[in-house]
Amino acid sequence: MKEYKNTGSKDTRSGFGAGLTELGKTNENVVALCADLTGSLKMDEFKENHPERFFQVGIAEANMIGMAAGMTIGGKIPFTGTFANFSTGRVYDQIRQSVAYSGKNVKICASHAGVTLGEDGATHQILEDIGLMKMLPGMTVINTCDFNQTKAATLAIAEHDGPVYLRFGRPKVANFTPEDQKFEIGKAVKLYEGRDVTIIATGHLVWEAIQAAVELNEKGISAEVIDIHTIKPLDEEAIITSAKKTGAVVTAEEHNFLGGLGESVARTLAENHPTPQEFVATQDTFGESGTPAQLMDKYGLNSAAIIKATEKVLKRK
Amino acid sequence: MEVQLSLKTVSIFDKKLITGHRLLCQSFLKTYFCGNKTTQFKMPDINELQDFVTQVRRDILRQVHKVNSGHPGGSLGCAEFFSVLYQEVMDHNTNFDMDGKDEDLFFLSNGHISPVFYSVLARSGYFPVEELNTFRLIDSRLQGHPTTHEGLPGIRIASGSLGQGMSVALGAAQAKKLNNDKHIVYTLHGDGELQEGQNWEAIMYAAGNKVDNVISTVDLNGQQIDGSTETVLPLGNLKEKFEAFGWDVLEIEDGNDLKQVIDGLKEAKSRTGKGKPVCILMNTVMGNGVDFMMHTHAWHGKAPNDEQLETGLSQNPETLGDY
Repeated sequence: MKEYKNTGSKDTRSGFGAGLTELGKTNENVVALCADLTGSLKMDEFKENHPERFFQVGIAEANMIGMAAGMTIGGKIPFTGTFANFSTGRVYDQIRQSVAYSGKNVKICASHAGVTLGEDGATHQILEDIGLMKMLPGMTVINTCDFNQTKAATLAIAEHDGPVYLRFGRPKVANFTPEDQKFEIGKAVKLYEGRDVTIIATGHLVWEAIQAAVELNEKGISAEVIDIHTIKPLDEEAIITSAKKTGAVVTAEEHNFLGGLGESVARTLAENHPTPQEFVATQDTFGESGTPAQLMDKYGLNSAAIIKATEKVLKRK
Repeated sequence: MEVQLSLKTVSIFDKKLITGHRLLCQSFLKTYFCGNKTTQFKMPDINELQDFVTQVRRDILRQVHKVNSGHPGGSLGCAEFFSVLYQEVMDHNTNFDMDGKDEDLFFLSNGHISPVFYSVLARSGYFPVEELNTFRLIDSRLQGHPTTHEGLPGIRIASGSLGQGMSVALGAAQAKKLNNDKHIVYTLHGDGELQEGQNWEAIMYAAGNKVDNVISTVDLNGQQIDGSTETVLPLGNLKEKFEAFGWDVLEIEDGNDLKQVIDGLKEAKSRTGKGKPVCILMNTVMGNGVDFMMHTHAWHGKAPNDEQLETGLSQNPETLGDY
């Protein structure tokens, strides 16, 4: 069984920062806007290198989204940065009208998504953002799993013409995807071939899915693991092909089971190849204060939860 | 002078034709007689402009009447503003390009007054005047509220959900600065619309960051859907508010007086580039030019019936030709 090595734990937001720094050097049309969270979003280096292309908007996210939409008129490629909660729920109508409906080339980059935001608690831990963003016509929705993938995604979305929601997180997590990877929007990444079950994971749950697959293998269960970094447009072909092969699916995400990756997968399968599916996700609840690890454990968002879900779905085959 | 004469000669035969080509002529005159694109080329002919405004009023009434929906009140009140802006003030290109580099831009924030916007865009040459026939109909580019979605030339952002236009304009204005483009970004807002908090985020940003290539006009008609702004949610002293936020504020006492609108916009233009965003507080009468629609919020979002249409049209006789 292939071994995925953690080359050194890093936060995905730093992957975004590294990508933005590189874009600053390579693409003069890239501009960045931030709502008073420059350090948290790792946008400092871009700011220092290109002060004329960095726009501090203050604690005023609605204005930030509108300004970003306006900057596309004149050929700029704006990257907005704030926490996921303030990037989506707080400014839903601004994104809907001024960005999505208006078809503007804005990159909404959102850190501190999900419960791994930790101690600040539920006011800041959005678990509904994937649903909010994927419901918007024309919006591309990406949730990356580690530093390298987040950096690659940041570079890739600058080349994509259209609105993008890029979701990443706060804590340091395993960095295991290749440094030189080519990030293809809408293309699933198969991490393990398997026969018995398909585990489809996104974001921080991808590393957990790898751990689960290794443990399941020891129990004699062969798990196929798919990293879905792009929730919209969804790589339906990869999902249907794998489900046809294994006949059982587990989805895993740091998001509410309503509106997340799991529902997108379920719809795809219902239409094309109905398959038993279990959902590793939060169960229509808010988060709370705690360490990221405690919260992932309490809300059932780790390899143990994936294994449990797998055992359950195998009985339904 | 020769060009001006020929313009008048043609206008006797076909004013419709002139409307579409007026901007081309202006641009020609500006280029060849003033040598500077951004300089006002001449004092506009008020009578010609008044004819334009009258026709725009007819267009507003006919659009709204045909589909028995839309917003005639605020549209009528801003007919002079739009006409002056597109016919006399803005340096703009009717060969529409979304990026709008090297031209002035306009963003309508209170998108519900789309009838006046559509009429003026069409009669300024952005799209065929006949297309006004499709206002609010299925498969039309002239949606109830303006949108880029159907690719209507002249529209650069969707608006309708209120309070978002100034932010967009500030972004476009900042992009112009990055592009070393000296042109100006104009916006229009309803007074009631200023109740939306996002405006004040934008107003604070603009002054704090010296976005001095923006001219934002507030249409002070004192009315909103539920009644007067004074009864729904008083706006207080807007002049003092904008000034307290760091804007350069000027007022147009009568925004339905063409000369005052021309002078006000010219004055505002002269104040750009001086470190402050510029605000025009423009007093207008909702429903202006149609007597029974004036001084009331009743016609904010209501269409005239057949009889009312005839009355309204008789008060605004055809000038440039109906579509």
